[in-house]
Amino acid sequence: MTSTKQNGEVRIGYFVCHCGHNIGATIDVLKVADVIKNLPGVVISREYKYMCSDPGQEMIQEDIKEHNLNRIVVAACSPLLHENTFRRATEKAGINQYYFHMVNIRENASWVHVDKAEATRKAIDLSRAAIQRVFFHQALEKKQVSINPNVLVVGGGISGIHAALTLAKAGKKVYLVERDPTIGGLMAKFDKTFPTLDCAACILTPKMTEVKNHPNIELMTYSEVEKVSGFVGQYKATIKRKPRYIKEDVCVGCLDCIDACIYKDGKYYDEFNVGLSKRKPVYIPFPQATPQLVVFDPEACVRLKRGKCKETCVEKCDRDAIDFDQKEKFEEIEIGSVIVATGFQIFDAKKIPYYGYGKYQNVYNALEIERLVNSSGPTGGQVVMRNGEVPKKIGIIHCVGSRDEKTNIWCSRVCCTYSVKLAHLLKELSGADVYNFYIDMRTPGKGQEEFYNQVMREGVHFIRGRVAEVTDWAAEKEEQGKLIIRVEDTLIGVVRRIPVDMVVLGVGVEPHSDADKIRRLFNISCSTEGFYLEKHPKLAPFDTASDGVYIAGGCQGPKDITDAVAQAGAAAAEALALIDKGFIEMEPNTAFISEDNCSGCKSCIPLCPYTAISFDEEVFKAKINEVLCKGCGTCVAACPSAAIDQNLFTNDQIYNEIDGLLKYEIV
Amino acid sequence: MELKSQNDTWKPRIVAFFCNWCTYTAADLAGVSRIKHEPNVRVIRVMCSGRVDPQFVIDAFVKGADGVLIGGCHIGDCHYIDGNHKTIRRFAMLKRILKDMGIEDERFRLEWISASEGEKVKTVTNDMVEKLEKLGPLGLPKKFIAWDEEMNHLELEISKPKEEIEHV
Ligand code: FES
Repeated sequence: MTSTKQNGEVRIGYFVCHCGHNIGATIDVLKVADVIKNLPGVVISREYKYMCSDPGQEMIQEDIKEHNLNRIVVAACSPLLHENTFRRATEKAGINQYYFHMVNIRENASWVHVDKAEATRKAIDLSRAAIQRVFFHQALEKKQVSINPNVLVVGGGISGIHAALTLAKAGKKVYLVERDPTIGGLMAKFDKTFPTLDCAACILTPKMTEVKNHPNIELMTYSEVEKVSGFVGQYKATIKRKPRYIKEDVCVGCLDCIDACIYKDGKYYDEFNVGLSKRKPVYIPFPQATPQLVVFDPEACVRLKRGKCKETCVEKCDRDAIDFDQKEKFEEIEIGSVIVATGFQIFDAKKIPYYGYGKYQNVYNALEIERLVNSSGPTGGQVVMRNGEVPKKIGIIHCVGSRDEKTNIWCSRVCCTYSVKLAHLLKELSGADVYNFYIDMRTPGKGQEEFYNQVMREGVHFIRGRVAEVTDWAAEKEEQGKLIIRVEDTLIGVVRRIPVDMVVLGVGVEPHSDADKIRRLFNISCSTEGFYLEKHPKLAPFDTASDGVYIAGGCQGPKDITDAVAQAGAAAAEALALIDKGFIEMEPNTAFISEDNCSGCKSCIPLCPYTAISFDEEVFKAKINEVLCKGCGTCVAACPSAAIDQNLFTNDQIYNEIDGLLKYEIV
Repeated sequence: MELKSQNDTWKPRIVAFFCNWCTYTAADLAGVSRIKHEPNVRVIRVMCSGRVDPQFVIDAFVKGADGVLIGGCHIGDCHYIDGNHKTIRRFAMLKRILKDMGIEDERFRLEWISASEGEKVKTVTNDMVEKLEKLGPLGLPKKFIAWDEEMNHLELEISKPKEEIEHV
């Protein structure tokens, strides 16, 4: 031992797990148990097939009692998985749970190494380090902090709406923040939803109204989260409220100002119709927008741009609701937990130039088609192309920006089924001949394969092959004036040229281009592709590494409405479980100062990201506020007099780990 | 299984400090995804890379490590806001000290590995092992013994009677 600060007689029980074959096949568990048995302090050293099973845990508890153990080391899987299981078992046997330490020989060794002798040696080293470490363990108590029951939901798409409503119905106050002028998200743009073809607006708008009217929901649209501080149970967030130039509490949504605008026709890109129509500088995104408030676009409105205008809108508004002097406002809210449901964006088809999006006017992306077939869309549901004609032949290309090394490698999960849906709708509305070009048809989920079969029976053509290009270069007479889809039909092994009038690109989904901003605010990790990372891919897909921050919907990965809603409900339930417990137990891994050693140099004070360290001028010593300390240990590493230490990660513990790791000679 | 081959086939020993939130999780992910890599790294889990006291690094070398690796969250992603900024500063300072002590650059490494970069755990580990294998052992403990012997020898020389020295 490198230090002599031991507490009492140390009696260690060491337990190493085979985890079936998971560890046992690569690591010689018997050998490990044998070597560790001879280390100082070790009273008992055992191996067992499944340490985490009930008999395994009982064995530990019995040994604790029988052999009077006061330290427990378990070598098994990752502490991130089972540390709590064994801590509880330790506590049950009557000793403080922090006398337990876990050694990771599965994720860190048996699963990643091939050489058995080396993996075994590593398991021994890691175990020896733990044995030396636990000499310095101390009894600690978990701290309890209260929890603010209010919840912040970021994103007002279907996931955010569902999560907010669930929480509100359970009696919790919810702040729902949406950056667009209306909630509804992508779903509000759809006409019908697959595979049941129910009308998106009919199922969504009642939920939107419910959000608006629910007394527990404070709806903050046209707003963004600017800053977040605090920690689980006690977060503070600053919300930026962008000016609509409308007094929200006065405007009744009569829309008279839109009619009165000096622009007689729309002139600006209409976000809601993804550019298929134009809107005026003052607009409402769509008729059922929630809240029913108009917005002035500062980039377009003459009054806002130049400071001068006839202001016919102001004249018309008999409620005096227009206010051109509105400024950005910042509001601070206090919440205990957060649900992030910021959704995804669609792939920009311009990135694949050989499909001609942006070059040929009759090449559309799927979202544009959603608007085009929508009865409340720019054409009132008529399938009329940009050139004013009704298409007779339509080609739908799947996997645009999905399953492609050059763009996005993942399957976007929804494109096959929405392409089938669009094929059905386009055929129904225009009577056109519709061709779908797919690599593989992927229609998992309830009722989806059935839907695909149904559409096939309706006479939609399905051709297997990745489309090589879309061109207007005609090889024959009948191709003239058409878009030609060049594809290898891999089922018959023939390269085909299929002339069509309209091309629809089944674009994939990807993380928002600014997803990083929100991610950083809430300290969420992301996967390599940029989707937010869940705590566990199977068992906690709604949870994140930040306690009290949950994720739902498309921001976590490609999802259809069904799954997004299910995940939102799960995230809300998790938040409720947290809130209704009433308090949070914190790991007691805070730092503390030994006054005798503190020289009063103040080097630690500016290091603390939570301003937990203050300086007591009277005694000329630094002090750590235990409530504010989050246990990162940065100050500990910096103290020149070694006067600061951190519970659970003390200097003694770490130095002895280092020592134990490198004492090869014992073997 | 024969384990006695420690010294006849030398293998680099690397002590790694991984922060709980990113790199340790990434190593777990490498495990779950069965991404095989060299078995030379021994991980010590800390809450943040900012917890790594420069003395830990020196201590590891002194006790016989051939290399030390620190793994933390990418800049901007630290679970404790900016703990890893402090790691960078300490890293730069330590690099200078280690250089003065004659410890080669490749032996001390700092890597940002996020929770989703299981693959990077492998690339970094394998690359570091390969470089250390080329460098050979650092073997400070052995050198200490040699230096101690040298010192003893010198002390012995000094403590010899004065005349003898003059005689020499
Ligand atoms: S928590 Fe990973 S570097 Fe700070």
